[in-house]
Amino acid sequence: MIARLVAGVPTRALVLLGTLLIVFLAAPLFVGDYLLTVLILILYLAYTGQAWNIMMGFAGQLSLGHALYVGLGAYTAAALYVHYGLGPWIGLAVAVPVAALAGAFIGFLAFRFRVAGVYFAILTIAFAEFARVGFDHLAWTNASSGLFLPVAQYARNDLWHLRGHPVMFYYVLLVATVLAFVFCRALLTSRIGYFWLAIREDEEAARSAGIDTFHYKMVAVVISAAMTSFAGVIYAFYYNNLFPEQVFNISRSIDIILAPIIGGVGTLFGPILGCFLLEALAEGLRSLLEVFGIDVPGIKQVVFGAILLLVVVAVPDGVWPWLARKLNLTERRT
Amino acid sequence: MAGALRRGAGVPADIYLNVAVGGILTGLVYGLMALGLSVIFGVVRVVNFAHGEMMTMAMYIAITLFSALRLDPLVMLVPIAAALFAFGYVLQAGLINPFINRPEHSQFLLLIAVAMMLANGLLIVFGPNAQNVQVAYGFDSFQFGRLIIDATKAYAALAAIAVSVALFIFFRSTMLGTSIRACADNYTGALVVGLNVKRLYALTFGLGAACVGAAGPMLLLIFDVTPAAGPAYTLLAFVIVITGGLGSMPGALLGGVLIGFTEAMAGLLFTPSAKSMFAFAILVLVLLFRPQGIMGKRAA
Amino acid sequence: MSRKPRSGTVRITRRAVTAGLGATAVAGITPFNIVRAQGAALKVGVLLPRSGVQAGIGQDCQRGVDITPAILKDLGLPALEIMNADTETNVDVARSRAEKLIADGAQLLVGAFDSGQSSAIAQVAEQKGIPYVINIAAAPPITEQGYKFVFRNFPTAGTILSDAFANQKEIFASTGQAPKSAVFLHVNDTFGTAMSKGIGAVMPKFDLPYKIVEEIAYDPAARDLSVEVAKAKATGADSLLVVSRLNDAILLTRELVKQRWSPVAILSMGPGWYEDQYLKTLGKLSDGPLSFVPWYDPNKPLSKILEGALAKAHPGINLNTNQVYTFEALLVAADAFKRAGSSDPKALADAIRTTNITNNVSPGPGIQFDPKGQNDKLRNSAVQNRDGKLVTVAPQAAANAKPEWPLKPYDKRG
Repeated sequence: MIARLVAGVPTRALVLLGTLLIVFLAAPLFVGDYLLTVLILILYLAYTGQAWNIMMGFAGQLSLGHALYVGLGAYTAAALYVHYGLGPWIGLAVAVPVAALAGAFIGFLAFRFRVAGVYFAILTIAFAEFARVGFDHLAWTNASSGLFLPVAQYARNDLWHLRGHPVMFYYVLLVATVLAFVFCRALLTSRIGYFWLAIREDEEAARSAGIDTFHYKMVAVVISAAMTSFAGVIYAFYYNNLFPEQVFNISRSIDIILAPIIGGVGTLFGPILGCFLLEALAEGLRSLLEVFGIDVPGIKQVVFGAILLLVVVAVPDGVWPWLARKLNLTERRT
Repeated sequence: MAGALRRGAGVPADIYLNVAVGGILTGLVYGLMALGLSVIFGVVRVVNFAHGEMMTMAMYIAITLFSALRLDPLVMLVPIAAALFAFGYVLQAGLINPFINRPEHSQFLLLIAVAMMLANGLLIVFGPNAQNVQVAYGFDSFQFGRLIIDATKAYAALAAIAVSVALFIFFRSTMLGTSIRACADNYTGALVVGLNVKRLYALTFGLGAACVGAAGPMLLLIFDVTPAAGPAYTLLAFVIVITGGLGSMPGALLGGVLIGFTEAMAGLLFTPSAKSMFAFAILVLVLLFRPQGIMGKRAA
Repeated sequence: MSRKPRSGTVRITRRAVTAGLGATAVAGITPFNIVRAQGAALKVGVLLPRSGVQAGIGQDCQRGVDITPAILKDLGLPALEIMNADTETNVDVARSRAEKLIADGAQLLVGAFDSGQSSAIAQVAEQKGIPYVINIAAAPPITEQGYKFVFRNFPTAGTILSDAFANQKEIFASTGQAPKSAVFLHVNDTFGTAMSKGIGAVMPKFDLPYKIVEEIAYDPAARDLSVEVAKAKATGADSLLVVSRLNDAILLTRELVKQRWSPVAILSMGPGWYEDQYLKTLGKLSDGPLSFVPWYDPNKPLSKILEGALAKAHPGINLNTNQVYTFEALLVAADAFKRAGSSDPKALADAIRTTNITNNVSPGPGIQFDPKGQNDKLRNSAVQNRDGKLVTVAPQAAANAKPEWPLKPYDKRG
């Protein structure tokens, strides 16, 4: 199986990947707590970006409401913890089916009724907004007052309850991101990956070639939703408070998809590269503005938007494909 | 104390009437805003996620002109619409054109970036507080027996109808309007016939922006504006356009009225804090059972 | 919005110096810190939402920050080096900004208005052992987590409510009038829901002369409140009990005028109805509403100084909750620094725990903290809009005017 995963990948790419992994494993030893927080955010977005990428990049379905799955995962695990004292890993076992079910529901509605493209995207937004307003009224999760998780201590790293130092979250997210990466690669090089490619390129042709497009699109949506809910669980236990306004907000959905689009939709490394670039840009802009003493609220976002604009105009396929060509890392096609 | 359904102790009938009328009037102005999106999306096929921000920009221009020249927003409709037309034309010709045939997520990112720049630019220039115009008739209402109609809503709705009719005449009766419709209906055919599609696209985007430019001052009479108001309007515009039917101008107005009416009545009958759920419920139903919208044509 | 090249320069130098040192190393040279502290200013990181949806409030709080240093100097308190940070109304940014401030040497944190963001910052502060003084955030759970480094000089929703009812009774007694019924209109967000839940628990204890006939919750993102007001008017209640924010307050008032309903009183238990924007936008129509909110005591000498400083720096802006409590958070910091004699975070935290500032601005006996880090001695006031200005009408001890009752009908205001 490993052979299949690395078939066709130039050795240089594997070496670079390995180096990157080692750097990441060792990073907490060298960076301060502030950079650790930034890295945690990067890994969180890298993981969710990859999950989103399965739906969009692999199966071609634009979801603009992915915060729904994050929120469902977060609230399920958090509510179980607050009300029944169940740890996050047990909560995860409940959250994943909940999110998968939601994804399946949306997928079913959309694909059965042939809702595609922009219409599908708007549908996903509608469901996320629905959840936002709905949870704002749900008494079991404290509605709009916010669900607060009891924070016991920071001294010990309790992996079972996810209570402890941010370093613990860092490694959990790192493992998750790596596993997601390998999983995505496995999917891409399997039969289902090729079916997805066919569906993405020309759904009509794929259907006439005998591929059950409905089935495979559903698989993509369900996997994407299920994976994303894990990020939600981590979010809940990292921040320890949840407000529907913030968790299901459309700006969160936008945050999730910026990185994969900038990095390169449909590529394997795109979402990860995109996260780095965006976070580095954001933090870099903030530091730069501080150094120049410019204290105008909103100016960072204007510059950030301008740079996003430039990137999407210059490299419409994403930065990673361009970078891969420059570094000569593209797969050799037989 | 908070219940999902709170029935008042017998809400009198005139309240229903007042709320319904208010909802319809506001809906007409929403419809004009959505009309702009219908034109842009229907013809140029660009997913304009900066639609709401263009609207807030128009509202802020109205505020600036009002404080400088003391002119009523409805009077300033034409220059503001013209300004937005220019903005839309330049935006389409200069930036968006290469993206027309690109996948939706690229268009999305492009326009999200534009929206981000606009919204935060407005924050820097105008500050975060809500602003509005204080017109002399700002607190007036017309009373007909038990029916109370808000004056600003009435004027805004009338203006919305007037602009929509003008637009309708343009698209039906002028050469330019017909050319634009040709592009929308059959891109290749239009090219074959020799229409300068690129220029027409830019014109259309400009027209759509002009609709927003006209709707802005009207809405300003009813609502306040903040720099962060954009995304809600964008979403509303999409919901209305899809509900009413893409490519159908009466559809956009009808969709606006429907959504305005539904939200108002939902707020009255159920708990107001959940009223946006009803608009989304309608959207989902339309997407599933009548995806071309109420008045749209089924895609060939 | 002014350029601050000086603090930028200091920060670069400091970063170069401390880049190699880990947190433990710095703690290990504590004696060195004490010597330096006596001359050096305390580095205070101020986190506020200056962009994003809450930008208006964040920037209002910032005004409180800007006028503080001069006043502290006059009081003979040590200097504070303020490090400003924008949380962008986003919990991720709030957390990373807090980490950055601490990495850049902040010895104390102040902020952040929003309960969610404050909660995230509180966790960072607690982990790092850096004291964090919350200026404004009413969600009770924040001080129920058993934190040792988090302090809040702001009342919780429960206290705001009980004081509101106590002040209402005082006003009813002094004017001899009271409403018979009220419709409760509230925004469906963190604060509004907390107040709604609290009313059920707190109100029965006060034996008020009016009953709440209906409760109407509205969406925080609502642009149009005509339906809500129509419903409220239809209940036949004679007064309006409301928890809203600034934009909603303006919208609601306009609807009241347009729908021709003048309640006998507007009793607000949240922000909005007393804010500058409300007074400026509505002019004569802004007079009359009573706001039962955390406020300042106009009779205290420091209040007058604060008012004067604000008037000089920002003429036309009335002193309000945002600036008062942000100022007091910094006051707590400076006072603790003076008594601790060192900028060591643990010493600062211990000093804050024993705070007892009587020369302050907020009503009540002064600033003190209970074992959970909450200032439970704060009293809330009742303010009324009068001729475009604000007067405090209750409680008696912190008042400077008599309440006007009933609300002058809107159609009689010319």
